[in-house]
Formats: sequence, structure tokens, C-alpha cells
Amino acid sequence: MNTLYDILYYLGLGFVLLGSIFLFLGALGIFRMPDLYNRLQAGTKASTLGAMSVVLGVGLMQPSWLIKLIVIILFIGISNPLSSHALARASYRRGIRPFFKEKIDAYEEEVKREKERREKSRTKENSETIKEVTE
Amino acid sequence: MNGIIYFSIVLIGIGSLLAFMRFVKGPTAADRAIALDTLSVIGIAGLVLLAYVFERYIYIDLALVYAVLGFIGIIVIARYIEKAL
Repeated sequence: MNTLYDILYYLGLGFVLLGSIFLFLGALGIFRMPDLYNRLQAGTKASTLGAMSVVLGVGLMQPSWLIKLIVIILFIGISNPLSSHALARASYRRGIRPFFKEKIDAYEEEVKREKERREKSRTKENSETIKEVTE
Repeated sequence: MNGIIYFSIVLIGIGSLLAFMRFVKGPTAADRAIALDTLSVIGIAGLVLLAYVFERYIYIDLALVYAVLGFIGIIVIARYIEKAL
């Protein structure tokens, strides 16, 4: 019985060390990368893996806390990619372009098409209201 | 074996310092929001690790609440940057 807890303890220590290294690398990527999208890429993925690994390691070292820690792990795994996606979409629509020029930019065409659609519907509404007013 | 835990706490501290420097420096608002997101994730991991070191169960509840509030804050900031709010 004692050896099982020992094995879990050392496994948890390994997970904590691995996770803290990944957190450090994610923060280094946030600091060093030249561009907003590179920063987002480097920071979010590495820091998600690092935080999940640290929390799992603490849960292995202290098995009576494991249930609530698994809730935290699931929440980080759901919420962190969502927030990074929302940030990337918002900054692209705000007009921040990638640092290195790309040959194909599919999302730009999509944004343009959406804008045209919106303007067309707006002009249609305007003409309808004008017609109503004149009638 | 406590040395490994202290070493990871030091690594997490250096990482939060680097993210904070990007938070101070970042040219646009979105950079600052990204740095804030990373800072909150690092803070969650640090709180859970400190809960183990001090043997306090209550810090884990604190980390959970901090995770929820940080996520909502980042989503609100993203909507604001998108000019949709």
C-alpha cells in the first residue's frame, strides 16, 4: 500500500516538473515572438498543456483532492482554446495582419464577402423604407 | 524531493514575470489581452501548487473561481476589441 503512494508521488513530481517547464516555455514564447498570431499560438498551447499537467501532478501527489482538480483540468481544456480563438478572430477583424506576408488568406475573402452581404441587406432595407415612406 | 517543487515554483515565477513584461510592453490591446490570458493560466497553476505546498484545500476553490472569472473577462475583452459590444 505504501509503495503505491510512493509511485503516485514520484509520478506527480514528474508531471509538476514537466508542466512548469511548459509554462515557462509558453511565457517565453509570449515574450519573444515577433507577431500577435505567433504569440497567441506559442502562448496558448504551451500554457494550456503546462497548467493541465501541473494540476494533474498535484492531484496525483494528493489523491484526496483529485475530483475537484479534474474539474479544473476539464475547465482549462475547454475554456483556453475558446478564449484564444475569440482573441484571434477579434484582432483579425480589427485589422491587425500577420507579420509575414502570406500567399493565401482565405479568411480575408470571407470577411469581405460578409461585409458586402451586410451592406447589400442594409441598402435593401433602406430602399424598402424609402418606398414605404413615399407610398 | 521538495527541491523539485521549489524549482518548479521558481520556473513559474520567471514565466509570470516574462508574461507581465509582455503585458507592459505589448504594442496593441490584443497583445495585452493575450498576455493577461497567459498570466491567468499561470496563476491557476501556481495557486494549485501553493495549495499543495501549504496544505490548504481552500486554495483550490480559489483557483476554480479564478479560472471562471478569467475566462469571462477574456471573452468580454475580445468582444470589445471586435467592436461588437
